[in-house]
Amino acid sequence: MAEMTYRDAVARAIAQEMRLDPSVVFLGEDVGAAGGVFKATVGLLDSFGPTRVVDTPISEQAILGAAMGAAMTGLRPIAEIMFSDFFAVCWDIVANEIAKTRYMTNGQVRLPLVIRSGNGGGVRFGAQHSQSVENWAMAVPGLKVVAPSTPKDVVGLLAASIRDTDPVLFFEQKSLYSTKGEVPDGEIVDELGRASMLRDGTAATIVALAGMVPRAMAAADQLASEGIDVTVIDLRSLVPLDVTTVATSVAQTGHLVTVEENPRLCGWGAELASIIAEENLFDLDGPIVRVTTPHVPLPAADALEDAAMPDVTKIVDGVRRSLR
Amino acid sequence: MTARTEQPSGAGAAVANGVPALDARLRVYQMMVEMRDFEKRAYDLFLQGLVKGTSHLGLGQEAVAAGFGAAMRPEDYTFATYRGHNHTLARGVPMARIMAELMGRELGLMAGKGGSMHLTSVEHRMMGSYAIVGAHLTIANGAAWSSKLRGTGEVTVCFFGDGTTNIGAFHEALNLAAVWHLPVVFVCENNRWMEYTPIRSVTAVDHPAADRAPAYGLSASVVDGNDADVVYSVATSAIERARSGGGPSLVEAETYRHGGHSRADPGKYRPDDEVAAWLARDPIPALRHRLLDAGVPEARLVAIEQASLAAVDEATAQAQASPAPPRSLVERDVFADGGASWRR
Ligand SMILES: Cc1ncc(C[n+]2csc(CCOP(=O)(O)OP(=O)(O)O)c2C)c(N)n1
Repeated sequence: MAEMTYRDAVARAIAQEMRLDPSVVFLGEDVGAAGGVFKATVGLLDSFGPTRVVDTPISEQAILGAAMGAAMTGLRPIAEIMFSDFFAVCWDIVANEIAKTRYMTNGQVRLPLVIRSGNGGGVRFGAQHSQSVENWAMAVPGLKVVAPSTPKDVVGLLAASIRDTDPVLFFEQKSLYSTKGEVPDGEIVDELGRASMLRDGTAATIVALAGMVPRAMAAADQLASEGIDVTVIDLRSLVPLDVTTVATSVAQTGHLVTVEENPRLCGWGAELASIIAEENLFDLDGPIVRVTTPHVPLPAADALEDAAMPDVTKIVDGVRRSLR
Repeated sequence: MTARTEQPSGAGAAVANGVPALDARLRVYQMMVEMRDFEKRAYDLFLQGLVKGTSHLGLGQEAVAAGFGAAMRPEDYTFATYRGHNHTLARGVPMARIMAELMGRELGLMAGKGGSMHLTSVEHRMMGSYAIVGAHLTIANGAAWSSKLRGTGEVTVCFFGDGTTNIGAFHEALNLAAVWHLPVVFVCENNRWMEYTPIRSVTAVDHPAADRAPAYGLSASVVDGNDADVVYSVATSAIERARSGGGPSLVEAETYRHGGHSRADPGKYRPDDEVAAWLARDPIPALRHRLLDAGVPEARLVAIEQASLAAVDEATAQAQASPAPPRSLVERDVFADGGASWRR
């Protein structure tokens, strides 16, 4: 067991899988010699060489097209899209090509590939380098969507994503890169589609993802100091979506609060809320509350960005509104 | 600078003095005749309402698909566009499976889940027909990259139209192919028209693909895409170059579609004299004449032509006899477990 940052966990997972499987290759902008703009892939070029760790031109379509063609023909590529906002310039390859090809070909083509990307706000980069786009990905049939909150989950879920036979979009929350956590020694492989319950309480169920998880935990601490004990669930992946864990918890607490970094409309919490309302309505003792970033592009100034994103105060207030 | 070769050299043993070996020419002739008969039938079936949705015919452009198809080895990869019936036939995919796919039947190559624009047969290394202009050039690179890393000697051939040369993916793909020195051949079928707009009205250079490729470090040639011998020769040398580590190249084949862009489009936006001039340069009678001149008995060509019509009849009958795909396919194969479930 060692303490490790979220960013170092990325390199550790990729190295673990590249060591085990010679068909794993890694490509992206500045990922090799520079170790990535977030320094999340330092050391991989030295360990695995320029044939398997490849610096690309600034050509997001060409990067993802190369990953797709390689995955069709026997490799397991990991591609990096530096900032998830840049998915907008290569969304055709993601949404039309990668996501649809297994289906259109009646299962002839398999696409075992991972696209990693720095996602979300909290780092004052402004609207074009800060958006949380996991809800774009979730809206496309054929993609798996994973977003870890801890270094341990980065290793286990990234390894599982690389081994998965389907294309996975792997969202790394940028403000978490410097955070630390304990990571067990040795090979770690987790399972996609399993939420984890981080805190068990009877008053309400808070469901959070990625960068919102530590905030939800802090809100739970504050509520506990007032005698309100809540459950906190880290969803960890949006596709597959672990409805069972959430519904089981809501059956016990009677209250559901989602904490979403994505802009409000069609955020993942809206889907979860609709499922719970449709299938578990009579378990609810109060309204489902969604705490989200408002439907705005993210502003740059620290004061404004902080004001836009869900924080402890808004989450605590959300729980109170559900309990009222 | 762009090399404008009408008669490419160095094409290897399959081509001597610019003339392919007779067995290759006969194979190309047979492929072209089958493509022509198949697509004419597909058009009839479209008019009868049996082929639904849309279909894009390559009538008139057969020499490109056939010439390259004959020059490829079974392990090589094809990437094509929505105008991909001929490129699929050229890999030896059974006609009935393609016809059934066009008709939305269970026997279809993808059991009706893809349709005319997405013909794919991984078994035949036909790695897909793609309907978003330009995207597949980047995907073709990936297959070629994989062949290079795996050291297999496979070559990827990627077909696209003139209109594709103005979308970003074309430029990203050519650059990456060159910097990674990939075993890929890009084949632009310049049929002068995008959908309903002539390429020259939206492009400042004469050869939209071949004039750009050298700027990315690719060698390029412009050839008569209606001359099957020329296409086969240039295909043989470009594929051989890629296979032997010589890197990517681009061929711009000048050709013309006899009909409209898609469906029942009569193509009336094109000047009559332009259409007439290109109809007179139909690649199939052209090769037929040359084969006769080379001493091939006419009976041999007639036998090819009769067998082709019989094969199309048989494929049509098989496709028509096939039932509609089962509704259960709707929720199959979104994910690798065979299903569509996104929750647990
Ligand atoms: C990105 C994109 N834009 C527009 C279209 C609509 N479209 C389909 S075919 C076509 C013309 C393409 O022309 P060209 O590349 O010359 O190929 P051709 O159809 O002549 O074979 C257009 C504009 C599309 N499918 N994809």
